[in-house]
Amino acid sequence: MFKIIAAVIRRDLKLAMRRQADIVSAVFFFIIVVSLFPLGIGPEPDLLRKLAPGVLWVAALLATMLSLPRLFADDHRDGTLEQLALAPHPLGLVVTGKVIAHWLVSGLPLALIAPVLGLQFDLSAEALVVLTGAILLGTPALSGIGAIGAALTLGLRGGGVLLSLLVLPLYIPVLIFGAGAVDATVSGLGGEGHLSLLAALTFASLGFAPWASAAALKIALE
Amino acid sequence: MKDRFNLYRFASPATFYPLAGAMIPYFVAVSAVFGLAGLYLGMLVAPTDFQQGEGYRIIFIHVPASWMSMFIYLVMAGWAAIGLAFNTRLSGMMAQALAPTGALMAFLSLWTGALWGKPMWGAWWVWDARLTSELILLFLYIGYMALTAAIDDQRRADKAGGLLLLVGVVNVPIIYFSVKWWNTLHQGSSVNLTKSSMAETMLWGMLLMAMCFWMYSIAVALMRVRTIMLERERHTDWVKAELAGDQQ
Amino acid sequence: MIHWNSFADFLAMGGYGFYVWGSFGLTALIMIVEPIVVARNRKTTIARLKRQLRAETRNTAE
Repeated sequence: MFKIIAAVIRRDLKLAMRRQADIVSAVFFFIIVVSLFPLGIGPEPDLLRKLAPGVLWVAALLATMLSLPRLFADDHRDGTLEQLALAPHPLGLVVTGKVIAHWLVSGLPLALIAPVLGLQFDLSAEALVVLTGAILLGTPALSGIGAIGAALTLGLRGGGVLLSLLVLPLYIPVLIFGAGAVDATVSGLGGEGHLSLLAALTFASLGFAPWASAAALKIALE
Repeated sequence: MKDRFNLYRFASPATFYPLAGAMIPYFVAVSAVFGLAGLYLGMLVAPTDFQQGEGYRIIFIHVPASWMSMFIYLVMAGWAAIGLAFNTRLSGMMAQALAPTGALMAFLSLWTGALWGKPMWGAWWVWDARLTSELILLFLYIGYMALTAAIDDQRRADKAGGLLLLVGVVNVPIIYFSVKWWNTLHQGSSVNLTKSSMAETMLWGMLLMAMCFWMYSIAVALMRVRTIMLERERHTDWVKAELAGDQQ
Repeated sequence: MIHWNSFADFLAMGGYGFYVWGSFGLTALIMIVEPIVVARNRKTTIARLKRQLRAETRNTAE
């Protein structure tokens, strides 16, 4: 089972490396969106510190949304996806590999950049650590849940906007617990509760989402 | 071939269409009766609330709308499961017929909740667990309607929409149990199967209004599904006969 | 049996009139408009389908 997932991950990463511009532009989108908020709200440090977790998380959600269509669309366009669906391996495992590969090139870079951006908002070191950890922990869930949306909207016109409409409501719990973990740390209550729930969401979505996505792909490919 | 009454006959659009048409007036009438009874008890007879004054009477809309928003979603998810498992056409049509009514119920729940919250809590909106998850429910309804509208192939639309409904169904128990699991501003449950903490007239007014909303939702959904059936099955003989005979 | 002393009291709802009638008002509006919209949709669809049917039979007859 792991061989299939590893093979898919290796393939998707290789393909992603040929289009590094996509990855880099998603990261730059994240940076720009986060930087827009202090410009729009004003430079007052207390306000920025309070808003930072939410702002960073919303930006991470939006940056992930941007990269989701790529998950299946490229393979769909050249017929690879149909071949993968017809292959003897369970499509759910293939999707698991794609989701992990997607996270490696979208969620992981965001988590690595986030502490640097958090400095712009004058977050304490402790808050930065929790923020990075939360984004690391929560972005796999974003990739997993996003895969369901990407599969449902495969090949549809107006795909990107429709995808956002479907997926963002499902992202809300991740947002709430992810930002809440940092807020709780800053206010002294401790973010463990939020982080545990976040971990639960990630594991649940990684366990469940690939199979829902596979079912959605089969519907889309009929 | 069985001679006795077979319920599966009505899984065919051709037989369900006239049945639905015949049922609609009854559901409308029953809904009106429940509504009048509920409004009489709730608005004219029920006493003033000790803590909330007369403002509590919004409950006669808010609770029925909230219950219906959750219930309709569950029914839609049920149809989705049946459609995905048995590949039936009518289940997909029923799910699509229910969606707009469910979305309106969710919106009404949020609207009346805000109008109730402003005088009672001092705020039109708070981001507590129950309100947030009801808002997510509204988004799920809208997402379902957007997805099914964007897919031209109706069978694919039914299945994709159905899958979306099933993915989101976990939200409904969250709404329901949110007041138990989290420290929320929203009032905890005051009605369950064996007892309630409300005055009798208030309780009965609320239950009658809930029945009114339920019958109304069924009536509107049946109206809508008939139009959907005509559209989807327009190449069949029974629809052509229906259109030929229809003088509207 | 009836709780209210006067119609004015009933409308005022103990000061909460705006909120209570705002709720009941929107509900009434929805429950009137929704069925009308559904009925109108039905009429338009039937008209369109009839038109398409006529066009198709004309095409196949030619």
